[in-house]
Amino acid sequence: MSVNYGSKRLVVGAHYGLRDWLSQRITATLMALFTLVLLVQVLVLPGPMGYDKWAGIFAMQWMKVLTFVVIVSLAWHAWVGMRDIWMDYVHPVGLRLALQVATLVWLVGCVGWALQVLWRL
Amino acid sequence: MTTSMSKPRPGPMKLTDALQYRLPLAGWVSILHRVSGLLMFVLLPFIIWLFDTSLSSEVSYERFSAAFTAGIGFVPGVVVKLVVLALIWAFLHHLIAGVRHLWMDAMHSVGKEQGRTTALFTLVVSIALTLLLGAKLFGLY
Repeated sequence: MSVNYGSKRLVVGAHYGLRDWLSQRITATLMALFTLVLLVQVLVLPGPMGYDKWAGIFAMQWMKVLTFVVIVSLAWHAWVGMRDIWMDYVHPVGLRLALQVATLVWLVGCVGWALQVLWRL
Repeated sequence: MTTSMSKPRPGPMKLTDALQYRLPLAGWVSILHRVSGLLMFVLLPFIIWLFDTSLSSEVSYERFSAAFTAGIGFVPGVVVKLVVLALIWAFLHHLIAGVRHLWMDAMHSVGKEQGRTTALFTLVVSIALTLLLGAKLFGLY
């Protein structure tokens, strides 16, 4: 419990600042590493670039697991970023809430589609 | 400080007010970081469509390739290429500007000169790579 001592009162309650800052960096690092891993495979693996090579990269189990983690990271990252944008530029509370809900629906839908593509491969 | 001397409060800043200021390079990197992130968020279904068609089967891979020449539905191929080019820029800018953030966090190297130099680096490298990949996309080499 927070206690208010005179003028030193606690003015924020949610404490999501550090958590958002940190999760934004962790998810970003994961996506950057994924980009590097994918790029190396495209450049290093033998054979011409085409369906077989491209699908072969994503068919490996470890790559699927990594891609899965990156898809979730991307959605989380985009959620934090988009919510920052709505909080900065959209002030009417009702409209902001509607946009935040729409953002979540959009992202969850996209994640579902991307995972479907990944797992049926 | 007396109330008679204080000026009236300006109120919330409008976008037209904000445009009066000359943005420093680091400011450009910052606002473009937002713009590029928003662009990728809005185009996320298109990105997943590319992911889907390029991976699902050889038949869908043909559709993926044809999107860049014959287009998708009523959207001509050149428009698809331009949208992909915009996504390439957004990705590169967002990535490099993000690495710049991580670099500043890790090194605690934050200063006016350093901010300007790394901002310039971000803009030059992201635009140069976009042009390079764009030339490849449009078949210039």
